[in-house]
Amino acid sequence: MAELLRVENLRTQFHTDSGLVKAVDGVSYHIEEQEIIGLVGESGCGKSVSQLSVMQLISAPGEIASGKVIFRGQDLLQFKANGPEMRSVRGAKIAMIFQEPMTSLNPVLTINRQLTEMLELHLGMNGMAARERAIELLDIVGIPSAQSRIGDYPHQFSGGMRQRVMIAIALSCNPDILIADEPTTALDVTTQAQLLELMKEIVERFNTSLVIVTHNLGVVARYAQRIYIMYAGRIIEEGTTKDIFGDPRHPYTIGLLKCIPRLDEEEGRKLVPIEGLPPNLINMPPTCAFLPRCSYKTERCSREPWPPLTHHYGQHYVSCFINTEGKTYEPAAK
Amino acid sequence: MSQPQNDFILDARDLKMYFPVTQGLLRRKVADVKAVDGVTFKIKRGKTLGLVGESGCGKTTIGRCVLRLYKPVGGQIIFNGEDVTSLPEKRLKNLRCNVALIFQDPYSSLDPRQNAGGIIGEPLKIHNWVGTNSEYEDRVEQLFRLVGLDPSMANRFPHEFSGGQRQRIGIARALACDPSLIICDEPISALDVSIQAQIINLLEKLQEGIRGLTYLFIAHDLSVVKHISDRVAVMYLGRIVEITSSKELYENPLHPYTRALLSAVPIADPFVEETRERIILKGEVPSPFNPPSGCPFHPRCFMATPECSQAVPPLRDIGGGHEVACIRV
Repeated sequence: MAELLRVENLRTQFHTDSGLVKAVDGVSYHIEEQEIIGLVGESGCGKSVSQLSVMQLISAPGEIASGKVIFRGQDLLQFKANGPEMRSVRGAKIAMIFQEPMTSLNPVLTINRQLTEMLELHLGMNGMAARERAIELLDIVGIPSAQSRIGDYPHQFSGGMRQRVMIAIALSCNPDILIADEPTTALDVTTQAQLLELMKEIVERFNTSLVIVTHNLGVVARYAQRIYIMYAGRIIEEGTTKDIFGDPRHPYTIGLLKCIPRLDEEEGRKLVPIEGLPPNLINMPPTCAFLPRCSYKTERCSREPWPPLTHHYGQHYVSCFINTEGKTYEPAAK
Repeated sequence: MSQPQNDFILDARDLKMYFPVTQGLLRRKVADVKAVDGVTFKIKRGKTLGLVGESGCGKTTIGRCVLRLYKPVGGQIIFNGEDVTSLPEKRLKNLRCNVALIFQDPYSSLDPRQNAGGIIGEPLKIHNWVGTNSEYEDRVEQLFRLVGLDPSMANRFPHEFSGGQRQRIGIARALACDPSLIICDEPISALDVSIQAQIINLLEKLQEGIRGLTYLFIAHDLSVVKHISDRVAVMYLGRIVEITSSKELYENPLHPYTRALLSAVPIADPFVEETRERIILKGEVPSPFNPPSGCPFHPRCFMATPECSQAVPPLRDIGGGHEVACIRV
């Protein structure tokens, strides 16, 4: 499989009244053709901002400070955010599905208008051809009687159906990459399952790649091939899904796996919470951001700056000193 | 207070809560939304009953009926031997001292202009639970410590706390008058993953420490509900479709909706995921305004037969306290 997108050392900052917020602080990742990757982290860890940066959708007081986003051999960050080159990529080659289907659709435009806008803008289609294609797209995403519903407004659809419309819009120009930012968080459990299956089908049927941005470890365990775990603006562990769940190495990853309830757990299993709070990203110390909450910390951790991601084996990378010193952690609770 | 110390603290029998739908200038009633339609369950003293279901299935409405925030249109709720549904207005204050509520959103459920100490202490004043000022201060301090907060933070306002800490304040407020039943309505869904476990553990610890503390735990996240509950009731469109122990629920789910719901929840383990049964339901939950005939689940059910649309299947015990409402199992 060929590499489709490579993000190198991406830094996105926000200049706020209380100080500089390094929301994304040196993030590198890549995605291959037809691959599903998961980007996992808690709120405020920079997972959404990193994706918005790839699309150059960061506005003041935020800025993309440095880094490269190489898509099909071209660095997207060299393009002007509003220039024609970026606009031909955004939405067309790389499309995004947002969390809130209620707020990300325009309430005063019909579904038809919102779908054909994409087709007219990017593909130069018009009139009946665009409408036909729009109906076809609604059909693909499983909206019943698409022909009659295309003239409806967003409020006439349920939450799950609106998210299907969002997927149809994202899919309209045959994108190479779909970025789904918490695509199912606001939805009911059985609807979540329907939509995730739909996205998986789309990946297989249209040869797209999919980035799932989520806080739900279960979702990535089920769908992703590779996973990146983010904490405080950085990727702290990456690897294949089986590496991450079968052999988690970063204390944060281990902590996450120990603190979530599982359907198949033994009765009486105690959750081990990660004590403390995620850090405030303003004026961060140079040391590892997880240090105050870490139960494995050594003296070296408070002496030296945050360690970079180091190669462990295969595709497994970890950003932690304890690993580079050759020690392994006790395995996560099974 | 002398209370009958029977086994079950709460016993809901054929509970019904309908909301009228009105139309026109005269707001004439044209129909009912049957939010809860004939629900029967019991909770043992000191135990936790989980209530799961998707949005609109009536789980929150049940919680509110128990507190008599809604007056049910039918059925009974026996709490500590007394029928809550027919309680006169002036006794409600006493009921709400014994039954407390923890809300979902720790941001909107705390008064932003009241400090933490005041929020936690308010129930004590309302219910005249303490006599002197020093008793009040002591109790507030005790409540702070009980939920793992530093009493020196009593003068801070809600916005100065993190989401997890705010939820602790909400829990302390619920505990203030030493209730015997706490209704936890989605208490952790607004929190971050690493904070959720802190709150779950706190709730478990409190139950171990306070004799007879009972939870009605309402949530949509099946893995959380299964973790914290002794028994779990699965709801669909205002009815309980299956109720059993949390162990049995995962190992031997019988109702097709329970099976679909379980299979929709991914387990954070790719090795387990590889071999799991996956049932993807068709369509969406119908509106409770116009529910399907017969079994409310039959239009989406993968096991449905023509008989399923005839009559509503009753909950029946199939042994060992496992009850299921389906004619096909």
